Amino acid sequence: MAVKKIGRQTIKFSSPPSILTTASIVGPKEGQGPLADYYDEVLEDDLFGEDSWEMAESKLLKEAVTIAISKGKLKIPDIDFMIGGDLLNQLISTTFAARDLELPLYGLYGACSTFTEAISIGAVLLDGGFADKVIATTSSHFSTAERQFRYPLELGNQRSLTSQWTVTGSGAALLTSSGNGPVVTYSTIGKVVDLGITDVNNMGAAMAPAAANTIATHLTDTGRGPEDYDLIITGDLGKYGRDIAVELMKKEGFRIVKNFTDCGIEIFDDKKQDTHAGGSGCGCSAVVFCGFLYRQLILKKIKKLLLVSTGALFSPTSFQQGESIPGIAHAIAVEMKGN
Amino acid sequence: MARRMKTQEKKEFQKLVDSNNPKPNLLLNCFWAFSVGGLICIVGQFLHNTIESVFKLSHLESTNVTTLIMIFIGAFLTGIGVYDKIGKVAGAGSIVPITGFANSVVSPAMEFKREGFIFGVAAKMFSIAGPVLVYGITTSVIVGIVYYFIR
Repeated sequence: MAVKKIGRQTIKFSSPPSILTTASIVGPKEGQGPLADYYDEVLEDDLFGEDSWEMAESKLLKEAVTIAISKGKLKIPDIDFMIGGDLLNQLISTTFAARDLELPLYGLYGACSTFTEAISIGAVLLDGGFADKVIATTSSHFSTAERQFRYPLELGNQRSLTSQWTVTGSGAALLTSSGNGPVVTYSTIGKVVDLGITDVNNMGAAMAPAAANTIATHLTDTGRGPEDYDLIITGDLGKYGRDIAVELMKKEGFRIVKNFTDCGIEIFDDKKQDTHAGGSGCGCSAVVFCGFLYRQLILKKIKKLLLVSTGALFSPTSFQQGESIPGIAHAIAVEMKGN
Repeated sequence: MARRMKTQEKKEFQKLVDSNNPKPNLLLNCFWAFSVGGLICIVGQFLHNTIESVFKLSHLESTNVTTLIMIFIGAFLTGIGVYDKIGKVAGAGSIVPITGFANSVVSPAMEFKREGFIFGVAAKMFSIAGPVLVYGITTSVIVGIVYYFIR
């Protein structure tokens, strides 16, 4: 019997796994953003000494994993499983990093929702007694995403006002079955929701229904209210997607405005950095959580956090064949015990 | 029934998205497109007039030389990373002139250089300009045939 599942889509961990350490590493543009002080490392050159953007992204992910493990005073072979993903075809950033790290790998694709998906699976492994230490990680890189999904960097086109800026960065979280860090108490697995958005420059709108659905389901399943959380933060809806999600949740009967924001909004200063609707990418929620949010949890400035990474399951193939862009969002509740 | 409800829901959602979307500043965008596009055309016309009078070429010959020079300028500015910055401000103003066409060929060629000269540069070079070439040439052939018969 599924004793740890509650409601429609939520897992309640009976011995909540702890997030022992986190590490975040970002590109130069993110390093000029408002959360700059919280990253472990800011690159001066987003090629990171590699020959290609793809290998640079892979190195970012490998570095984040290595830093998180060393912060926990552990060695790489101490880790049972690595769980991660990125945006690139065949998950090349993750797989090439895992090849070098020689860790058993669960490779995930959930577009930009992958970070919470990885934490969720990691927590399931720990709570189920299948592992003691796992590392959950994701990465994204502006230049790899542009060339795979959009246009060449030097093409002289205009970005739409609702478009978002893919974050260059990687975050890694080391989860352990016991420890003093913040704990993962609930995980709500999202459904794929598609309300027919066909505008590739408006991913926020494509993902907002999934985010609203997952948050509403999480609150219904757990019997919690929005006010039970100090902060509810989505992954990369951007400022227009956030507003749409607020409207949709209102229809579901949840008024969530005050303690609700988005990692994509927080990571860049839109006015100074010209990022339009905000940041996006697998790395967005990963570096915001592993940098800024984790610190807030440790300092107990935030005690109950709902992190909802959001992914637009966009494929150039299906899009060119006339399909709309489905969205998905996974939520994890992270809590810091004590006063 | 369920499907119809879904369509209704999608329609309502699209309405919500449309009302929430920011409105681009059309007047300002038109101004920049007109100014930069106009400036590129002035440069082209100036080159054309100069070539025509200095090198004593015919009108058609100097048109060809001007085109070559403008394509070079577009490709050069792309190579040194300037054309995308112009395009960000000018939009259609720098996409429509032939310099924009050069940009659309050179930028993917640069981007995919790491995939090698055959599968990267050569194969991807026309990924953006390709459709324009296909339909441009096709249209010119059709117009040519029509012109031949009604002349």
